[in-house]
Amino acid sequence: MPQMNMVQAINDALRHEMRRDNRVVVLGEDVGKVGGVFRVTQGLFDEFGDERVIDTPLSEGGIIGTAIGMALYGLVPVPEIQFSDFIFPAYDQIVSELAKYRYRSGGEYPAKLVIRTPTGGGIRGGHYHSQSPEAQFIHVAGLKVVCPSNPADAKGLLLASIRDPDPVLFFEPKRIYRAAKGEVPEGDHTVPLGKASVVRKGQHVTIVVWGAMLYEALDAANQAAAQGIDCEVIDLRTLWPLDIETIITSVKKTGRVVVVHEAPKSCGLGGEIVALINEKAFLHLEAPPKRVTGFDTPFPYTLEMEYLPLSHRILPAIIETARY
Amino acid sequence: MSTATQPASSLASSASGGSMEGSAHPVARHPLDAHAPDVVRVLRDDGTLDPANDPGLRSDEVLTLYRAMVRARLLDERLVLLQRQGRIGFHIGCKGEEASILGSAFAMRQNDWIFPCYREFAAALWRGMPLQRYVDNMFGNTNDPVKGRQMPDHYTWKSGKFGSVSSPIGTQITQAVGFAWAAKIRKEDAAVLVYFGDGATSSNEFHNGMNFAGVFKAPTVFFCRNNGWAISVPTERQTASETFAQKGIAYGVPGVRCDGNDLFAVVKVTRDAVARAARGEGPTIIEALTYRLEGHSTSDDPKAYRPEAGLDSWRRLDPIPRLRRYIERTTGWTDAQDKELEAELDAELKAAIAVSEKTAAPALESMFEDVFGELPWHLQEQRDELLRGPRAKGHGH
Ligand SMILES: Cc1ncc(C[n+]2csc(CCOP(=O)(O)OP(=O)(O)O)c2C)c(N)n1
Repeated sequence: MPQMNMVQAINDALRHEMRRDNRVVVLGEDVGKVGGVFRVTQGLFDEFGDERVIDTPLSEGGIIGTAIGMALYGLVPVPEIQFSDFIFPAYDQIVSELAKYRYRSGGEYPAKLVIRTPTGGGIRGGHYHSQSPEAQFIHVAGLKVVCPSNPADAKGLLLASIRDPDPVLFFEPKRIYRAAKGEVPEGDHTVPLGKASVVRKGQHVTIVVWGAMLYEALDAANQAAAQGIDCEVIDLRTLWPLDIETIITSVKKTGRVVVVHEAPKSCGLGGEIVALINEKAFLHLEAPPKRVTGFDTPFPYTLEMEYLPLSHRILPAIIETARY
Repeated sequence: MSTATQPASSLASSASGGSMEGSAHPVARHPLDAHAPDVVRVLRDDGTLDPANDPGLRSDEVLTLYRAMVRARLLDERLVLLQRQGRIGFHIGCKGEEASILGSAFAMRQNDWIFPCYREFAAALWRGMPLQRYVDNMFGNTNDPVKGRQMPDHYTWKSGKFGSVSSPIGTQITQAVGFAWAAKIRKEDAAVLVYFGDGATSSNEFHNGMNFAGVFKAPTVFFCRNNGWAISVPTERQTASETFAQKGIAYGVPGVRCDGNDLFAVVKVTRDAVARAARGEGPTIIEALTYRLEGHSTSDDPKAYRPEAGLDSWRRLDPIPRLRRYIERTTGWTDAQDKELEAELDAELKAAIAVSEKTAAPALESMFEDVFGELPWHLQEQRDELLRGPRAKGHGH
């Protein structure tokens, strides 16, 4: 199996699917000749031409609105929003239109497309190039939300997303675009949506995490192991719909849970996960569930490493939970 | 495309020589068409001025502007170097667009305001932001006007009647219109100049802003720096209109095009627009035809999408040597004076950089300030948690 980084794996998935299905089109700002500002679509323009890899005018509302129209016609658009921070001009199209098309048309017009967008911090991007807005889409009925943490999953989840009948927001953690490397299956390789993966098995504390923070959680888990605390680490992969079963199974075993995410704490996905655990496994809990997250401030530039929930903040939470 | 006869100047060769590879149709909206008859030009190739549109600048004013343009150029070059050396994280420059930015900022009156895009640090400096504060922003240190919260080149300068830079494209346009509209409602004589690129004319906010300003006759000067590109996407991918100026027609906003590399032309059209606003006649859209000589920012490599060949003609149109020819003709300005000026500016920059680089990062607790007017309980809790530690390793806190 070839070694790839996330960028290459996503590129591989797009190329594979565009070869397999000529309805698939890629559109967005700078996705063509230059291959996207992160080079994720590099080479696709040369292979598929400007009717399938489309540099659009600078309008996110325009990109998503027209992509919806293309989808209604029967194409399979994979629009790119250059940074997830810039998705908001298209928010109305996503929330009021895309998410509701199937429902509002009695199933007549399923609008399905996959919005790819780099997300998260740690790249010296300040608050307009670092946010993690996943919870704002999870709150909208009708959208699926995905966030891979490694190249093989990135390819498999993207192919599954493109083939999924529903609209998917595909958040790509840009901090690990090139840093996360690994073997990626060639050809057709899908990872089912809605299935989390247990990345590390453990007995004492369950850590729920996704995206770039997975590596911080694993680092903290290794440090905790040196202190005799054995952590189970769950990488959600699909954020919505949530694989609640895997989480609950783990919590029933450990009785202790720490949820880690980059997004601000309040009303984040962490809060929802804790609420679900309370509803479904309250009597199994040995300690109050903890959240280690970004702060409820805009994402800062200079102090970004203090903002992110890195291992130095995850470890104390693990210890506190374990010793409660 | 304008069918105007090809002018016989050196610019003509650039107009044809620079046409973009792969572009289906060389259209008038392309900035290489700075010779279309509707484009206001004042500074001729021989360094003389067209009396019909001469804004009548005093020679000391021209020299001050020349100085500011050279300073911006040196800053750009120095900041790119600092970024390459890993000493700052990012820079987005104005190389080639100095005449557009300084000419328009100069043409605004003292009581007028400027709402920036992100390429107009020279306008902020013109409006009085100290160089040190600007460089502090590049380092995101504790003296940075935005306290290290935003990326480099995202500064603010309210006391200079200069707005705050945001990354999302186009958002400042409706805000500028609202600001100008408020001044009108309060019967105060203030106009607002709002900068944006050609790409921004595709954004929702451009259309909203133009429409509101037209309807309410808000005293707004829409200043489109048509520099040919929105990152890798050329102007003809932003619009099928012949020009950006003509977009005003749909909104009842008069549009004018000018040679954006001609300081005098920019001053002339901006002054006219401000005068119109001051007379209560409402907004104007200016399309300044200029060119981005460098990449979009330090994160971009234009080699992937832009043929190097097209650049030569634009280098010949560089606004700084063009103005230099004028001041040489009118004041006898010499190469020795240029050297002296550059040495002086260079020393000033180096000193500012040395100070900024040594200035401490913002305090940890500053992360929680200014989120709200007062610190609510959850932020107090989170701040205390952060202060208790532990600290991220290797990041100087
Ligand atoms: C809403 C939004 N979408 C995308 C981006 C990413 N982006 C930053 S600058 C830029 C191009 C802007 O081009 P233009 O408006 O012509 O201004 P210029 O940089 O040429 O001065 C893009 C696409 C952004 N900042 N905001």
